[in-house]
Order: sequence, then structure tokens, then C-alpha cells
Amino acid sequence: MKRLATAAFLAFLFSIPLWVSSLYVLHVLIITGIFTIAAMSLNLLLGYTGQLSLGHVAFFGIGAYVSSLVSLGFAVHLAPDWLVTLDPQPVWLAIIWAIAISGFCGWAIGRISFKVRGAYFVIVTISFAEVVRLVALNWDELTQGPMALNNIPPLTLSIPGLFEFSFIGKVPNYYLVLMAAIIAYVVIARLVNSQAGRAMIALRENEPLATSVGIEVTRYLVLSAVVSAAIAGMAGALYAQYVQIVDPNIFLFIYTVTMVIMVVVGGKGTLAGPIVGGLIFGLLPEALRSLEIRPELQWVAYGVLMIVIVSILPSGIVPALARWWTDRAARAPSQRDQQTPA
Amino acid sequence: MLGGIYALLGIGLTLIFGIMRVVNFTHGELYSFGAYMMFMFVMLLHLNFFLSLALAMALGVALGAVIEFVLLRKLRGADIDTTMLVMIGAWIAMQNLEQLAWSGVAKSIKTPFRSTPLVLGGLSVAWSRLFVFGVALALIAGADAVVDRTRLGRAMRATFQDSAAARLMGVDIDRVYLSTFALGSGLAAAAGALLGPIFVVTPGMGDLAALKAFAVVILGGLGSIAGATIGGFLLAFIEEMGAGYVSSGYRDAMGFLLIILVLIVRPTGLFSRKERIG
Repeated sequence: MKRLATAAFLAFLFSIPLWVSSLYVLHVLIITGIFTIAAMSLNLLLGYTGQLSLGHVAFFGIGAYVSSLVSLGFAVHLAPDWLVTLDPQPVWLAIIWAIAISGFCGWAIGRISFKVRGAYFVIVTISFAEVVRLVALNWDELTQGPMALNNIPPLTLSIPGLFEFSFIGKVPNYYLVLMAAIIAYVVIARLVNSQAGRAMIALRENEPLATSVGIEVTRYLVLSAVVSAAIAGMAGALYAQYVQIVDPNIFLFIYTVTMVIMVVVGGKGTLAGPIVGGLIFGLLPEALRSLEIRPELQWVAYGVLMIVIVSILPSGIVPALARWWTDRAARAPSQRDQQTPA
Repeated sequence: MLGGIYALLGIGLTLIFGIMRVVNFTHGELYSFGAYMMFMFVMLLHLNFFLSLALAMALGVALGAVIEFVLLRKLRGADIDTTMLVMIGAWIAMQNLEQLAWSGVAKSIKTPFRSTPLVLGGLSVAWSRLFVFGVALALIAGADAVVDRTRLGRAMRATFQDSAAARLMGVDIDRVYLSTFALGSGLAAAAGALLGPIFVVTPGMGDLAALKAFAVVILGGLGSIAGATIGGFLLAFIEEMGAGYVSSGYRDAMGFLLIILVLIVRPTGLFSRKERIG
């Protein structure tokens, strides 16, 4: 049943470009997909290890910047007479670099910030994202600062002499993002259902108890941070090669908030949660835009919605639906029992 | 001068954080609320500058009380992440309401102070900045006196140490929480109202202020007014040093680097002896 639903959902997603011809709609879906991937990666930290990271956009942005810089090439002075240059590299290599470097940053930040918990952890992660944003803004030589990196080449796959294919335009990018989302989902699902995933959930539920049965806290937290950051970096790289321009505004806090809302509303700690949340909050702004609602009001609505959801559905939409479903399934036979008189 | 403002922001935040265990993401919005109220009273209603300052602070206290009463009272006993998410929601809603009400254009506020600076020896100080500094110090001293000397302050300190025990001793926790949040919010609004006339007022001004307040709290340690005061001045000093010796673009980064450094080296804050982590 569940498999069937998944297959139907995937078939639906794959079929969309066949019957949707509006480029605008496809564009919205691509951006939604990219942010859903980012939300999925955040869910690994927030939902499964229970650590609220509000610096997640840093990894997304680092992924975007690394992939752009590697594919564009750069020349930068690390010291007055120490010039580091890199010639433009193929985009697939750039994306791999983006994933690797984001993952490395996740490792470094994880090592540092998992020393503290709760509110302090939140503040460290916010600070980290702000520092990265200010570096991107001020290190003109590398990042062009507010001038932004332009003309980022699209992903091109080729086997020399045999075939060459560039992901230009909406439909190829749609499938690219969809494939990336599936890969990210599978990676996260495998991780969560493995021994490491169970260790993470144990940590979330009761850290002292988990420690007492021999779970190495920091190791699993850092592992989840690395995977999470790497996937966010991949999302960032896809974003960069799709929109072909990256500026420091990519690090704005509001994107982190968007990801957090997607995860919390959809249901943290569930595999489907961020997808549901991502689809809702990716498509909702466009729906509101067609109603010609001012963007400020839209954000006010987001804020209020977040308060309401956290207050009445603290675990999010997906767990609530699942509970409703099992309740109904459980009630159905018992009602039949009552109807037949003894 | 900035040190005084940072200290004011930090004290408000550290009281709320220490006593209520709430990470107050609306703190920056109260700061910009104070500045906007100042703008409204001085520039639109043409009230006296000093009266406006008092009114802006009073409204900040009132708004803080409303937030506590409407949002936080129900969440008593909820875990810290839930409260944090609610506060983030409130922050986004408030900031955008502000933008809606006042538009994104930066506003400036006239001050009644002479534009010729006061020259003391080799130093010249603008009168308006001197005033801000003086009021900030007075407010810090006032907040300290409230917490240290009054009955309410004693209840606050008891709640900070152990809220369950405080309740058993007959402390009205709801009242303590309400007044803590209102006091902290009033201080934030005061900071905004004081700084608004010196810089300009924009809807996004609260974000950086809130993050700096967090830096101050972390520097100073939880729930410590003295720590927050020293932390505020330290942060302002380090920012100036950073702006002077590294690059002015990195001025705001200094605070964040400092947060990260302090948390790595001494997670409980520089001036705190209590072993309490999040």
C-alpha cells in the first residue's frame, strides 16, 4: 500500500513536464524542489537528532558559491604574494566539490558547536551563517561581493565523442532536481533506518540515557551534521547552476526560516514531512502572489501559521495525518462489532 | 555609547533568558518598535523629545506584557525548541507588520540637541551621544536596582535559581514571568528609542540588534546583569577594534566570531560561575 502510494507519487512527479507546459509553473516547481531538498537535509538534524540548527542556509550558500567558483575558476590572493588560481572546471566536478566542501564545513561546525546544546547551539549556528554571509559580502576578490557571481555555466554531461547534454531550460532542470531529490531521500532514509539513525533518535529522545548505553554522542551528531550539510550543499550547487547567479543574499536568515517552517509544518522526524512542508511552502507563495497579496502580509501569515501549527499540531502535518489514518483503521472494525447485535 | 546600548539590549535578553528559559527572538523587534514609536511621537505627533522617549519605553513594556500573556503563558512547561519556534514565528510576523505599517523606507528622527559637539581636551563628543550614553547608564542602574533591591526582584532571582522551589515558597510565577518579559522588552524598546534618532529607523534594524544582544548574553553569561553590562561594552570595543584594524566590512562579523570563540573556550560565558548549558 505504502509502496504503491510512493510509486504513484513518483509517477505523478515524473509525468508533470508532460502535461504542464507553463514554463513559469515549472520554474516554481524547480525552486520548490531545491528548497525541499534543503529542508530534507535540515530535517536530518532537526527531526532526527533534535538539534535546531538555524544556520543551515550557510551550507546551502557554501554549496552554491563553491560550485560556482569551481566552474567559473578564480584567482585569489591568500597572502599579498601568494596567488591561488583555479581554471574553470566541468560543472559535475564543481558540484562534487560543493558537496565535499559543504560536508567538510558541516564536520568542522559540528565539532565546534555540538559542545553546547539548546539555545546556545541555536545561537552558534546563527552566528556561523552570519559570519559566512559577511565573508561572502566582503571578500570581493573571491566572491565579487554584492556584485554577485554571474554566468555560472549549466551542468553538462558528456562522454567525449559519444554524446553531450546540457541541463539548460526548465524540463531538463526539473528532472535533474527530481533525481537529486530522490537521491537525497534515499540517502537520508538509509541513514535514518540504519544503526546510526537509531542512535540519533535515541540521542534526541534522551541524551543521558543514550550516552549511558554507550552511544558516542558527538560522533553521531557530527555524522548527521556532515550528511545534512553535504545534501544542503548539493541543493545549493543545483540552485547556482540553475539560476546562474549567486550573490550574498543567498545567506539571508529568511531562507533558513523557510526551511525550518517547511520541516516543522510538514512534520519533523518523518521522511515525508519535509516533502509535504516543502511542497506547501514552495507553492503557497505563488498561489498567494496570484491573489495579489503583498509579500509582507504573506510573511505575517507565515509567522502566524508557524505559531498556530506549533501550538495545535506540535508534531506537524504528516504525523497528524498518520495518526488520523491509524485511528480510522482501528475504529472501523470496532464499529462493525457494535452494529452486529450479540 | 554603543556599548551602553548593547548592554541595555543584553540585559533585557539575559533576564528573559535566565529567568524564563525563553530564547526571545522578538527582542530585536521590540528594539525597532521602540525606534518607530519614537519616530511616530516626535516626527508625526510633534511631541516633546523626552516625553516621547518615556512613552516609547512604556509602550515597549506594554507590548512585552502582551506577548508574554498571549503567546508564552500557554507554553509554560513546553520544551525550549517549541518556544523558540513560536518566538521565531512571532518575530517574522512582527517584522513584516512593521514593514507593512511603516514601509521599507528608512526614517530619521530630529533631536533637540545642538549639533556642535562638546569638546573635552582632545576629545569631541556629540551632545546627543552623550545623552544616549547617560540615559543608557541610568536605565542599567535602574534595572539592576529593580532586580537587586525590590520584592519583585527577589522573586525574580528566586525563580532564576529554582522556579519550582520559588513557587512552593509562594512566589506568583505568572507575575514574575510577566514582569520579567515586560521589563526586558521595555529595555529593548528604550535602546531602540535612544538609538533611532542617532541612526535611521528601518524595519530590519532589529535583526542585527537581536544577534548582537545574543552575543552580549553569551559573553556575559546567563542571567547576569553585571555580565551583560561588561559584555555590551566589550562587544562595542571589539567591534571598533575589528573595524579599525581588519576591515570595516567585518565590523559586524566580530561579534559573531566572538560568540563562536567564547562558546568553544568557555561555554558558560566569561563571567558566569554557574554550570548551566542550554
